[in-house]
Amino acid sequence: MTNSQITNDVITVRAEADTASKTLFGFWVYIMTDLVLFASLFATYAVLHLNTFGGPSARELFSLPYVLTETLLLLVSSYTVGLAVLALHKRAARQVVIWLSVTFLLGLAFLGMELSEFSRLAADGNSWQRSGFLSSFFTLVGTHGLHITVGLLWIGVMIGQVIRKGLTPGTSRRLALLSLFWHFLDIVWIFIFTIVYLMGAV
Amino acid sequence: MWGRLTLGAFQHDPIVYGAVASMVLIAAATLAALFYFKRWTWLWKEWITAVDPKKIGIMYMVVAVVMLLRGLADTGMLRLQQILSVGNSHGFITSDHFQQIFTAHGTMMIFFVAMGLMFGLLNLVVPLMIGSRDVAFPFMNSVSFWLYVMGAMLVNISLPVGEFAATGWLAYPPLSELAYSPGVGVDYWIWSLQIAGVGSLLSGINFITTIIKMRAPGMTLMKMPIFIWTVLGAMILVIFSFPILTATLTMLALDRTLGMHFFTSGFGGNPMMYINLIWAWGHPEVYILILPAFGVFSEVVATFSRKRLFGYTSMVWATVAITFLSFTVWLHHFFTMGAGADVNTFFGIMTMVIAIPTGVKVFNWLFTMYRGRIRLTTPMLWFLGFVVTFTIGGVTGVLMSVPSIDFQMHNSLFLVAHFHNMIIGGVVFGYFAGFTYWFPKVMGFRLNERLGKYAFWCWLIGFLAAFVPLYILGLMGATRRLDHYDASLGWQQLFIVAGIGVVIIMLGVGFQLLQIAYSVWKRHDNLDTTGDPWNGRTLEWSTASPAPFYNFAVIPVVRERDQFWADKQAGISDLKVTDYTDIILPKNTAMGFIIASFAAAVAFAMVWQMYWLVAVGLLGVIITAIIRLSDDETEYRLTAAEIAGYEARATAKRAAL
Repeated sequence: MTNSQITNDVITVRAEADTASKTLFGFWVYIMTDLVLFASLFATYAVLHLNTFGGPSARELFSLPYVLTETLLLLVSSYTVGLAVLALHKRAARQVVIWLSVTFLLGLAFLGMELSEFSRLAADGNSWQRSGFLSSFFTLVGTHGLHITVGLLWIGVMIGQVIRKGLTPGTSRRLALLSLFWHFLDIVWIFIFTIVYLMGAV
Repeated sequence: MWGRLTLGAFQHDPIVYGAVASMVLIAAATLAALFYFKRWTWLWKEWITAVDPKKIGIMYMVVAVVMLLRGLADTGMLRLQQILSVGNSHGFITSDHFQQIFTAHGTMMIFFVAMGLMFGLLNLVVPLMIGSRDVAFPFMNSVSFWLYVMGAMLVNISLPVGEFAATGWLAYPPLSELAYSPGVGVDYWIWSLQIAGVGSLLSGINFITTIIKMRAPGMTLMKMPIFIWTVLGAMILVIFSFPILTATLTMLALDRTLGMHFFTSGFGGNPMMYINLIWAWGHPEVYILILPAFGVFSEVVATFSRKRLFGYTSMVWATVAITFLSFTVWLHHFFTMGAGADVNTFFGIMTMVIAIPTGVKVFNWLFTMYRGRIRLTTPMLWFLGFVVTFTIGGVTGVLMSVPSIDFQMHNSLFLVAHFHNMIIGGVVFGYFAGFTYWFPKVMGFRLNERLGKYAFWCWLIGFLAAFVPLYILGLMGATRRLDHYDASLGWQQLFIVAGIGVVIIMLGVGFQLLQIAYSVWKRHDNLDTTGDPWNGRTLEWSTASPAPFYNFAVIPVVRERDQFWADKQAGISDLKVTDYTDIILPKNTAMGFIIASFAAAVAFAMVWQMYWLVAVGLLGVIITAIIRLSDDETEYRLTAAEIAGYEARATAKRAAL
């Protein structure tokens, strides 16, 4: 191996490390911006949650056992995405795919429950057009649901990539970001669960 | 199939047809020129797919200047109407059209001129100044730029197709709700800002990461040039405030399209919440624009006083303080809303407090000049004009921070004069100074000084003539957005003076366009062969002009502030470095342009409620994004031998001149 080859390998490795560190940092900054977006929606909900305009209030609408089930699905999915990252550190591509698939199914179940709650509310005449409170409820929870949908799409793409390309620097980097994103959605949901559902029930 | 889009959308009054005709003519001439000179491939390969921040910066500047002309044309119509529409005369445009024009003027100037100039300058300067070869995410940078372009296009498309909002540039509800603005104008406003805003947000993430992660070795935070500090402050404001804009615009759009009740008057909506939310973005936005301008002046005044910047540490802390405080003053935009004496007092005091770090900066600049060897170049003239006008504007701002005074001034022309005082005298002068200062670094030749000075004097005198009358009119009781008044009020003369001021400003813009054209024509007389035309202090001047696409053949090492200046003092500026190593650079890509085009289709379709096109556009965005983000071959390697070749050729070329 000549001297210049060694230098070049160092350059490649260093460039990969640089990209990984920049991407991770940039993604954290992105998550911060998304938190501000959710904060705006939470603030809006806080302002509007009593403006029921003669319609039903949070206490009359939400069933805690149902939401608890949703919450547990999401919490477990956060655990399984963690297992996928552990498998990534062990360089076990097959396990990564398995845990990602489990996460996907849990996320899908969560999304299904949320959509069925939404359609039940709408069918009972309590859609987003009913009152300022319901507008802010649907938008806050729906924005989280939209993020979950994006996350599911991302998980799907990552399953495909790991099967096709294996655990390359590129796929590993994306998996790390994906797990960050999924945990972040979990945290946002904890706030929704607390502020919208638990505080709404009292 | 076409949603709300019918032939009626293309029918306008004669004045709009005239504007449309000129727009179509300009577009047709541009296309014809591209065909005639066979420049399509060049345009695609060198520009549209470019990821080099210097090229993206140039494109930002070009678009921003074109939008400036559009915004300026709006100004001319507004002032002409206000001169003519007195007593029995009702001027030459209808009230509805007048309202659309002032809305378009504000939207254009803030989002597509000031923001465009800012991000343009950031792209040109930030990587060079921190000794980096690129921004952190070159592809995302291209996405940001094209989203900005598409947003600007959407505002312009509203002229021939449909209408623009007639609500004022921040579209306060309930006026902007469906019940009172049933047309597509507000939707155009929402969606053009939505996509441009997402672009700005991505740029914010990009530049923060660039500054935090990509500084030259040795450049610790307290060794960064002040411009970089102010950009960092501004970008932190971007990432904290633009998500609020995104959320607010989304809620307004949901109100209008899905019948929600965030800001409606009935059904438990709360219009005042919109005004809080929009200013929680809007006030930081003002500082997003002004902070980098402060940074430009800090570099300009140090260079042209041939002195180290006075009070670097206090400058940094002033920047940090402004960044923080700019989130604590938003309510001063609506003291009259009735939040109560305590709340108004808090925000009034915070508004006075934020003037303190700003004052620190002004004194630091003045002390930098003290005993300096000042050269009165064009950038320095912009600085001197800025100090005077900006201080006047600042004082009128502090005046209005007293809630009881604000109750008199609110929504009067006094306010209009105040914020133009800050935006023109501060932001615009700042970016013009920066444009002139860094032009040779990017283009390789200097701008003509004489024409630049003419432009400056026109702008300064025109600005004073245009806005001092507005202060007086405001005190006399003239409200903003006024398209007709009674002759007995005696306002007409002052409006005429203001109109003359606008003409003088237009003359200044004319000189600037002439300056650019003349300087390009005579570029061989003004070539910058040294890479350091102004005897500069910071790293960007250590590389050649125009800077090579890889910025630095060898990444500089920093040991102190103003490293390049220190090197020159030590006589090591002519260091012959030849031990190059390979570098990794991003490949050009069309994906940014494609994604933004799909986003524009989504936005246009949302305006006209063509939901099939929304679906197609969204699918396009998602699929393109997945393809691009799955691509592992986005970079290429520039070998040491190739760099040596480029450097040798550049040196030979310079020697031949």
